[in-house]
Amino acid sequence: MVHEQKQAMLDVDNVFLSFGGVNALLGVSFGVHEGEIFSIIGPNGAGKSSLFNSISGLYRPQRGDISYKGQSLLKLPPYKITALGIARTFQNIELFKGMTVLDNLMLGRHILMKTGIFSGGVFFGKALKEELEHRRRCEDIIDFLEIEHIRKKPVGMLPYGLQKRLELGRALALEPEILLVDEPMAGMNLEETEDMARFLLDINQERNTTVVLIEHDMGVVMDISDRVAVLDFGELLAVGTPKDVQENPAVVKAYLGEEDMDDFRR
Amino acid sequence: MSNYGVCGDYKVTYQEDMEIFQTRFVKGWLYGFIVFLYVIPLFMGHYALYVTNQIGIAIIGALGINILTGYTGQISLGHGAFIGVGAYASGYLTANLGFPFWIALPCAGAVTAMFGMVFGIPSLRLKGLYLAIATLAAQFIIEYLMVHMEFITNGVLGLLVPSPSFGSFTIDTDLRYYYLVFTLVIVLTIFAKNIVRTRPGRAFIAIRDRYISAEVMGVNLFKYKLLAFAVSSFYAGIAGSLWAHYVTIITPEHFTIGVSVEYLAMIIIGGMGHLLGSIYGAVFMVLLPEVLRLVSDIVGGYLPEVVNLMAAIKEAVFGVIIIAFLIYEPEGLAHRWQMIKAYWKLWPFSY
Repeated sequence: MVHEQKQAMLDVDNVFLSFGGVNALLGVSFGVHEGEIFSIIGPNGAGKSSLFNSISGLYRPQRGDISYKGQSLLKLPPYKITALGIARTFQNIELFKGMTVLDNLMLGRHILMKTGIFSGGVFFGKALKEELEHRRRCEDIIDFLEIEHIRKKPVGMLPYGLQKRLELGRALALEPEILLVDEPMAGMNLEETEDMARFLLDINQERNTTVVLIEHDMGVVMDISDRVAVLDFGELLAVGTPKDVQENPAVVKAYLGEEDMDDFRR
Repeated sequence: MSNYGVCGDYKVTYQEDMEIFQTRFVKGWLYGFIVFLYVIPLFMGHYALYVTNQIGIAIIGALGINILTGYTGQISLGHGAFIGVGAYASGYLTANLGFPFWIALPCAGAVTAMFGMVFGIPSLRLKGLYLAIATLAAQFIIEYLMVHMEFITNGVLGLLVPSPSFGSFTIDTDLRYYYLVFTLVIVLTIFAKNIVRTRPGRAFIAIRDRYISAEVMGVNLFKYKLLAFAVSSFYAGIAGSLWAHYVTIITPEHFTIGVSVEYLAMIIIGGMGHLLGSIYGAVFMVLLPEVLRLVSDIVGGYLPEVVNLMAAIKEAVFGVIIIAFLIYEPEGLAHRWQMIKAYWKLWPFSY
């Protein structure tokens, strides 16, 4: 593929991560290129979410390096990694339940805003201007995700599917260059899955955001990804186009057993 | 809750949509209430004014601890001590260094904010009950300092604090003090409301709800936790300063662990994470002992044989009421108020 020649935007280099005696990642290396949809698949416990947590600074790998545009992320606290333009969603919804949908999105813009205690407390003037400006941007995201009707609702009261969608929105509010999405389709029905896939494609194409996707829904992964990486027990089995990966015997064996290839190809 | 907009009330700009008081009717009530606040003291007696001033000071203190505990989710058992820091700072600055009150007041807030930030440092590592114990340590350290740093606090003998004065105008009556306190209550309530509805406030709530995703969304946890401690302590400092200049003599007994617990009880009863909760809670906690005293006086008149028991019964009733609140209204008076409003909004056709 053309991608292979490009300089990687997000570079994961030989990363080892273990908790006590349990190895989560065993020397994983790959590069995510600018503008692509890069999916990570693998059975439960393969280390996919651990990888995301390592990228966003919640876990610290013992060996190896993760760098973004040439800058190592391993020494940075999570909020500084975010400030570089890396946003993510969580597998288990991690929204702020006491806040409204709108406030969740506005919080997503935290690093893009400046209001401090004093200007915030006085409100009129700078803070008001900033609130209005960023409110407008959040309304764009609300339009994009089609959640106008719930913008003033407290998040705790929303159904699961909408919460998942809002998590995506909150990450988008950051205006990230690269978006890590952790199982956005988990637990969704067909219609919601299709909506989510559409949102991801739009984000990728219209907002020029690089997307890294963890997902179990093979149909979606194979349809929308530019490249796919396969993890199994902390090891990287293969990286390549959906077609390459589907035909890789090691992947098929580890992931599905020997006989179910038809199902996998779908 | 009350998500229902008012019929025919269409918002055209985002600014209109962000207003705290959304309809003309509510705004009218608000202005009316403020006018009421400024007129009513003229008709109040000395004792009523004394209680009302206490309520005002308690509101400011409760606003502070609500920002820290209710909004940011960091339990503090040191609020009483922080109020003490503010009281002594203000007292020392005016009595010993001759600062005018209007400078000493913000200085007391600032000094207390510094104290709060220092004792807030453990909050980065400690959560929940563990943090409560750490702030309890702050309470005892500060209490110890108040007793033993006699060159500043004059120890258990108490520090004499002058009444506030602006030039030759001295605020030495309850009525004058009322206007001082309630002007500050209004200003500080608005300030707090503005904080919690803008960027820093959202960061506070985010830390309370999900600190991990807050950090991943770009909130610097350490900075914002300390900021919450600073703001909270600033309010405590202002409350302490006002208290000191009101009673004009302060001793360490005014700022014990009991006071800290009382402030915590205020926001639990009033409603954590609601600024109105601070106000309801402060009113409730200050009025309750007064009401109980009134009742016990009346009952004592009819049943002289139980008069001796009345003090104990008063304490017990106090405890029972607080427990009843925790069981039946765990979200506080502010929440109850919202329910009542939501109910009447659609009454009598509740569908």
